[in-house]
Amino acid sequence: MTDLVIIALVLLLAGLALFAVLARDAFAAVVGFLAYGLLLTLAWVLLRGVDVALTEAAIGGGLTGALLIGAASRLHGTEAAARAERPRAGTRALAAVMAGLTTAALAACVLALPTPAPSLATAAMAPISSLGVANPITAVLLAYRAMDTLLEAIVLVFAIIGVWSLAPDAAWGGRPGPLHRADPDGILAYLARLLPPIGLIVGLYIFWTGADAPGGKFQGATIVAAMWLLVIMAGLADVPPISRRWLRAGLVAGPLAFIAIGLAGAATAGAFLAYPDGWAKPLIVAVELALMPTLTLILALLLAGAPLRTESR
Amino acid sequence: MNAATLFGFGAALLVGIGIYGLIANAHPLRKILAFNVVGSGVFLLLGAIARRGAGAGLGGDPVPQALLITGIVVAFSATALAVAVLLRLHAETGSVTLASEPQAQPAPGGAADQARSDVA
Repeated sequence: MTDLVIIALVLLLAGLALFAVLARDAFAAVVGFLAYGLLLTLAWVLLRGVDVALTEAAIGGGLTGALLIGAASRLHGTEAAARAERPRAGTRALAAVMAGLTTAALAACVLALPTPAPSLATAAMAPISSLGVANPITAVLLAYRAMDTLLEAIVLVFAIIGVWSLAPDAAWGGRPGPLHRADPDGILAYLARLLPPIGLIVGLYIFWTGADAPGGKFQGATIVAAMWLLVIMAGLADVPPISRRWLRAGLVAGPLAFIAIGLAGAATAGAFLAYPDGWAKPLIVAVELALMPTLTLILALLLAGAPLRTESR
Repeated sequence: MNAATLFGFGAALLVGIGIYGLIANAHPLRKILAFNVVGSGVFLLLGAIARRGAGAGLGGDPVPQALLITGIVVAFSATALAVAVLLRLHAETGSVTLASEPQAQPAPGGAADQARSDVA
């Protein structure tokens, strides 16, 4: 029975992926991709990865979808020219053959996976009581492999620097993205007043519960960022100019606090990013609290894009 | 056949579909979208591998699952950077062509010529 559900889900996913890849209109393709991201969330739940499902729904489906929809509407005028540049049938046939071979090779790899499967589940659970966090994924992200999470936070800072550096000279230091205007009495402005308090609570809850249950700072930060973006898109607030000192300080505060706690670990626990005995839980919460505002700012600003306007406009 | 194997096959299929889209679509935004399909296929494959590593009372191996969360966030930041590059290219040149020869706006019916210069 479950197998049938999985087969149906996989076929639906493949169908939606095909639609997203083949649709004539970029906007239609992106909407297909959004539906694909939501269905993928279901796949993660069936694979018992609820933390991953939350991340996929919030970031993989939600934020990426919103980003692509914005780009598709701004680039609508370029689609006809791109259709004319479409590779010839021969090239496309070769591409299909190559894609088919890749799929076959990967499927063969799936069949050749070793049994019993190698697993770090036991190793991850063994010392978990001494950390004070019950969610093993949080333990991996912030204790066993804290280095990965630190580097990821730094990658996000680099990404926003990269996006900002694409600003035209005249707009450097200005406000990202186009100015959003909406009917102040319309449904968008209404929802932008109604939803943020609820979304803020949901986001903070998902952040807080991440220590013991599925959730965490990435998922929570995405929801809070989405609420901020909603207010911006409804025209109730504008994106801050990127030259603001508080904004720039906020972007690096999280990673800097993380590095400081890591260095403190080198002095007190004998290794960079190690936690002294009994201090793991408060330090993990401190790192997450420090990262949360930074992640919220970066995720929202990545979606807002490069500065396009001077501060006054 | 268990869930992990079925999702593994599905993941292989998604990677293939994404690779085809990456090559067969000329529009850079569609390439970015197709690349995200490839990425989600790779993530799903790693998720299937994590499911096989279930143990110690967990439904899946938490180490690859944590890697996946990191991966999804980094994939989003890379996508945002790619889209920003694309929008700047459009603002700068008015077109988003990746063809090696700079070309005028396509005339109606000029598809064959456009395709040839694309291959060259």
